[in-house]
Amino acid sequence: MAVFEKITIAKAINASLRASMEADPKVLVMGEDVGKLGGVFRVTDGLQKDFGEERVIDTPLAESGIIGTAIGLALRGYRPVAEIQFDGFVFPAYDQIVTQLAKMHARALGKVKVPVVIRIPYAGGIGAVEHHSESPEALFAHVAGLKIVSPSNSSDAYWMLQQAIAGDDPVIYFEPKRRYHDKSRLDTESIPDPLHKARITRTGSDLTLAAYGPMVKVCENVANVAAEEGKSVEVVDLRSISPIDFDTVQSSVEKTGRLVVVHEAPVFFGSGAEIAARITERCFYHLEAPVLRVGGFHAPYPPSRLEDEYLPGLDRVLDAVDRALAY
Amino acid sequence: MTVEGTAERKTARGGSKRTTAKKATPTKKAPQSQAGNGGRPDEAEQDQLVQLLTPEGKRVEHPDYAIDLSPEELRGLYRDMVLTRCFDAEATTLQRQGELGLWASLLGQEAAQIGSGRALRDDDYVFPTYREHGVAWCRGVDPTNLLGMFRGVNHGGWDPNSNNFHLYTIVIGSQTLHATGYAMGVQKDGADSAVIAYFGDGASSQGDVAESFTFSAVYNAPVVFFCQNNQWAISEPTEKQTRVPLYQRARGFGFPGVRVDGNDVLACLAVTKAALERARTGQGPMLIEAFTYRMGAHTTSDDPTKYRADEERLAWEAKDPILRLRTYLESEGFVDDAYLAAIDEESEALGKRVRDVVRAMPDPDTMAIFENVYADGHALVDEERAQFAAYQASFADADAIAEGN
Repeated sequence: MAVFEKITIAKAINASLRASMEADPKVLVMGEDVGKLGGVFRVTDGLQKDFGEERVIDTPLAESGIIGTAIGLALRGYRPVAEIQFDGFVFPAYDQIVTQLAKMHARALGKVKVPVVIRIPYAGGIGAVEHHSESPEALFAHVAGLKIVSPSNSSDAYWMLQQAIAGDDPVIYFEPKRRYHDKSRLDTESIPDPLHKARITRTGSDLTLAAYGPMVKVCENVANVAAEEGKSVEVVDLRSISPIDFDTVQSSVEKTGRLVVVHEAPVFFGSGAEIAARITERCFYHLEAPVLRVGGFHAPYPPSRLEDEYLPGLDRVLDAVDRALAY
Repeated sequence: MTVEGTAERKTARGGSKRTTAKKATPTKKAPQSQAGNGGRPDEAEQDQLVQLLTPEGKRVEHPDYAIDLSPEELRGLYRDMVLTRCFDAEATTLQRQGELGLWASLLGQEAAQIGSGRALRDDDYVFPTYREHGVAWCRGVDPTNLLGMFRGVNHGGWDPNSNNFHLYTIVIGSQTLHATGYAMGVQKDGADSAVIAYFGDGASSQGDVAESFTFSAVYNAPVVFFCQNNQWAISEPTEKQTRVPLYQRARGFGFPGVRVDGNDVLACLAVTKAALERARTGQGPMLIEAFTYRMGAHTTSDDPTKYRADEERLAWEAKDPILRLRTYLESEGFVDDAYLAAIDEESEALGKRVRDVVRAMPDPDTMAIFENVYADGHALVDEERAQFAAYQASFADADAIAEGN
C-alpha cells in the first residue's frame, strides 16, 4: 500500500497516468511536448522514457489534429489521453470536441465508443500571459455527450483521472494549474469515491459554499475565517461539472438554507447560474436567501497584474457570505 | 507526369512541359494577381491525368498504373456504377416526393467512388463524407440504411464496424483526422490494412485536412486521402479553394499526390489500389485527386443554374463515367443486350425496394432522444428522461380518464 502524506497534484496526475498505462496497454498519452520534455508543467515527466514513443506521443502543434486523431485512435480501440497545453489553446480543437467527440456515440446509436480523455491545465493565478488562464468549463458543460471534471486535491487528481480513462465516455479533465504544486495526502490503495460524486470538505450549518478545482481551497479558507467570526460555513467540492451531483448540494442547502457558488469563470452564463437555478427549484422552501454567485467578470481575462482583482479571493467570497447571511 | 514527390519523379520534364505550354499561348496566361485557373487543369495538364479509359471508351495504358481485369470484373464495375446511379436517382425522386428531407446526389462521381471503393480490401477502413453512396455500396452497406439520416430518423443507420465504413460526416473535413488517427492505430497494432479518407475540393480548404496531412506524414500513417474534386463546393468553384492543382498540395507535406481522371473507373481503381498498397507496406500516406464533376446539385436544396453555365454540364456529360465503360464493354463484346437488360431489371428492383423501405421507415421512438447520449450514463440525462417519460405518460392517463368518462 502506497501512502503519500504529502504529494503534489502534478505528481499525483503523473502517477495516475502511469497506473493507467500499466493497467491497460491501450492507454496512450498524446499532446504537444508531452514526451521528452514531460509537458510544460512536467506532468508527464518520465512517461515516454518508460512507455516509449509509441505510447507517449509528441504531436504536431495542431490542437484540432490532436483531438481529431485521438478520436480515430479511440475508434480503433485505443484510450487516448490528450493534453491541451493551456486552456486558451483548446479552441482550435473545439469543433472536433463539440461536433465529433461529443456526438459520435449517439450518432452511431451506441455502436461506437470514443473514450477520449482531454487533460487541460486551466484557470488563472500563475501570472501568465493572455490565453493561458481561462476557465472554459461552461462552454463544454453545455454540450451533451461530454463529461467535465476538475479535481482539487492530490487524491482526487489521482483517482478521478484513472476513472475518466477507464470509462467509455469522453471526459474533459480540467487541472487547476495554480494548485499543481499544492501537496496533500494520497493513498493509492484506498477505495475512491465515484467520479461524479460531490464531497463535503468542511461541515457547517449557516451557509453552503459550492466550488470545484482551484476555488475549493479559497472556499475552505473562507470557512476557516468565517468560523473565527462565529459563522459556520459548509464547503462542497463539486469535483464534477457535468454531471453535477445536485443531491449532495441539495442536502447541504436544506441544512444551511443558504448557498454561494464560487468559480473563476465569468459569472454570466457560468456553471454558477445552472447551480443557482437548479437549487432554487429544488430547495425553494429551504432557502433563507437568494443563491449568490462569485466569479470572474464579463470581460476578457485581464493582464496578470490585475488577475488578483479578477479572481474570486478570500474577501470577495466573504463579502458574498455576509450578504447571504444578512437576509 | 502525374505523381508528385515519388523517387521516380522527373521534375524537369514536368516543369518544362507546363512552361512550354504557357509560352505557346501567352494570351491565355492569367495575371499573377488573380486566382489563375485555381487548379483546374488546362489542356496541357489534362494530359497528365492518369487515364486508362478515354471519354470515347478507348482503353489506353499508363506506365505507372497497369491494370488487367477480367471481363467479369469489368462487368462488375459497370453493374456497380449503374445500380449506384439508379439508387441515387431514386433517392432524389424520393426527396422530391417529400419522403426525404434532403439528398446529396453523387451523379457524375460514380467512377471515382466505385473505382476507389472496389480497390479496398475488407479489412481496410473507410471514413466518408456524406456523398459516398457508391463507396458504401462497395462496402456492402445496405443502401436503404444511407437514407435514414436524410429522412430524419437517425444520424447514420449502420454499425460502422460491420462494414468498416464509418458514419457519414457532415462537418467538412473532420473525418480526415479520424481516418488519420485510426490509421495510426492500425500502425500501432502492426496490422497490414489501410485507411481511406474521402473529402471534396471544398474540404481541401479546411484546417483539419491540412492537419491530417501533417499528422499522417510525420507518423507515416497508412492512410490514403481520396479527394473527389467535383469542382463545385456548393456554389464556390475550385478557383475559390486553391491556386494550385490539389494533388500538388501533398508534396509540401512530404508525400506523393496524383491526379486521376475521376470519370475513369479503371484509373480510379488502379491508382487507389497502388496507393493502398503503398500504405500497407509502410510507405505512408498518399493523396489522390480524382478530377471529376458534380453533374447535379450540391444537394436537393441547391440550385446550380444560379451559378454555373449549362455548357459546362453538357461538356461533362460527354465524359460520363458510365457511358464510357459501356462503350468499351460493347466494343470488346464483353456485354450483350441480354446482360444490359438484366442490369436494367436489377435497377428496377433496387428502385422499388428503396421506395418501399423508405416509405415504411418508422419514426424513431420518442425516448430515443435520451438513448446513447453517454456510454456510461449521466445523471442529468437520466433525470430528463424520467421527467419526459412522466410527461408523456400524463397524456395517456388523461386519455384513459377521458375514455373512462
